[in-house]
Amino acid sequence: MMKDSLTLLSRIPAHPDSRCWFLAWNPTGSLLASCGGDCSIRIWGKEGDTWVCKSVLGEGHQRTIRKVAWSPCGNYLASASFDATTCIWKKNHEDFECAATLEGHENEVKSVSWAPSGSLLATCSRDKTVWVWEVDEEDEYECMSVLNSHTQDVKHVVWHPNQELLASASYDDTVKLYREEEDDWVCFTTLEGHESTVWSLAFDHSGERLASCSDDKTVRIWRQYKPGNEQGVVCNGTDPTWKCICTLSGFHTRTIYDVAWCQLTGALATACGDDAIRIFEEELHSDPHQPTFTLTVHMARAHSQDVNCVAWNPKEPGLLASCSDDGEMAFWKYQRPEVC
Amino acid sequence: MLSLGLLWRALSSGGHEAREKEDDQQAHHRPEAPSRTAAAAMEQERALEVYDIIRTIRDPEKPNTLEELDVVTESCVEVHEIGEDEYLVTIRFTPTVPHCSLATLIGLCLRIKLQRCLPFKHKLEIYISEGAHSTEEDINKQINDKERVAAAMENPHLREIVEQCVLDPD
Repeated sequence: MMKDSLTLLSRIPAHPDSRCWFLAWNPTGSLLASCGGDCSIRIWGKEGDTWVCKSVLGEGHQRTIRKVAWSPCGNYLASASFDATTCIWKKNHEDFECAATLEGHENEVKSVSWAPSGSLLATCSRDKTVWVWEVDEEDEYECMSVLNSHTQDVKHVVWHPNQELLASASYDDTVKLYREEEDDWVCFTTLEGHESTVWSLAFDHSGERLASCSDDKTVRIWRQYKPGNEQGVVCNGTDPTWKCICTLSGFHTRTIYDVAWCQLTGALATACGDDAIRIFEEELHSDPHQPTFTLTVHMARAHSQDVNCVAWNPKEPGLLASCSDDGEMAFWKYQRPEVC
Repeated sequence: MLSLGLLWRALSSGGHEAREKEDDQQAHHRPEAPSRTAAAAMEQERALEVYDIIRTIRDPEKPNTLEELDVVTESCVEVHEIGEDEYLVTIRFTPTVPHCSLATLIGLCLRIKLQRCLPFKHKLEIYISEGAHSTEEDINKQINDKERVAAAMENPHLREIVEQCVLDPD
């Protein structure tokens, strides 16, 4: 049962002879952007039953492209590269043109994320900083803040789905949350608990919970508690407290590189260095402040090497994309098991 | 690499209870013994394959191989089967000098050469042997972070050094 719930739809050599590091669905779920160690971005679209490469964006970066992110309107794609720059690509029908190159980080850019408003962008780097950029009506990008809170390499940044809140994950084993204060951004809390590098983050659909995954082989679920909350969780002034309400341990045998929370169904998928994809579901009558997550899928050998990324399609429930160090990309269909 | 049986004997306090347990285990597992021995033999063979690849890596500073400098030895390689035809390879090396960047560089060379040359399916962990360095935890974390390793190999200067070190002798 744990295996049949996830069916392989197709497997594609997205970045042959290289590593596929990351995948991102566009907001309508019709296109998938992949990026990798061959310094290129590929845009994939479905033609009938097959996924076809629609464009190759190979001229923007000189080194590995680690992550890509679509703007909320779907007209722009940002790429974060080891060459220390972030490229902003503008979509023009089937073509993409490099509209801007954001410079400033001292070394590899590890992640880029677009705020839901579309007017803010965040990047992070091995230089330990998180940068917040402002986009104006003329597509001009300006650095608004340089955040120096982490003490090591910052691996991932992601915006809250409906609040002006930013989260970052780091090699320093922590997760930090930031909010706007006057014309600047400040870190208002640090989530501690992981025992090694935190590789990725994912908010749930409501934004009330945050999932983090780590080299310590666990996934942690954090919940937001606002001042005056009924559970009696202590808050610092007007800032909410984020408390760890669940730890998924004993399931993964190696580093967990990515976690993805399906915005449609609530299913949680993980990408692991043991070549497997796992999916967890919250038990139906679970206490929201002490939830139980059950493993519904353990797809061993999902890829022939480390799985680097898992991404749920934003419009089609159960459609999951994954990619690996072996350069391949795979598409899966997930069906939640009956009794869970 | 010691077989499990030898290791047990070497570690046990020699107490009565321990010995009895061991005899029990041997009695219960006797029918399985042949496959366990075969697995251990395969692991040992794999360990030698690994060692054969790493012993000729040149030290970044000195005109000697890692074997000549005792940075790696046969016993510093551990191999365990973790799946069907898949092995976890663990290497504990001893850098010659307590210099951070040199130790990291050696770790990088070990990883790159094995990534390229090891023919069997494996997961690799590289560590500085315990007590061999003051900041060993920091170094171990870096050399086992594949993203950091990948980025380092895109640095032309570092790449050049690594390529020189892993170049196979004629």
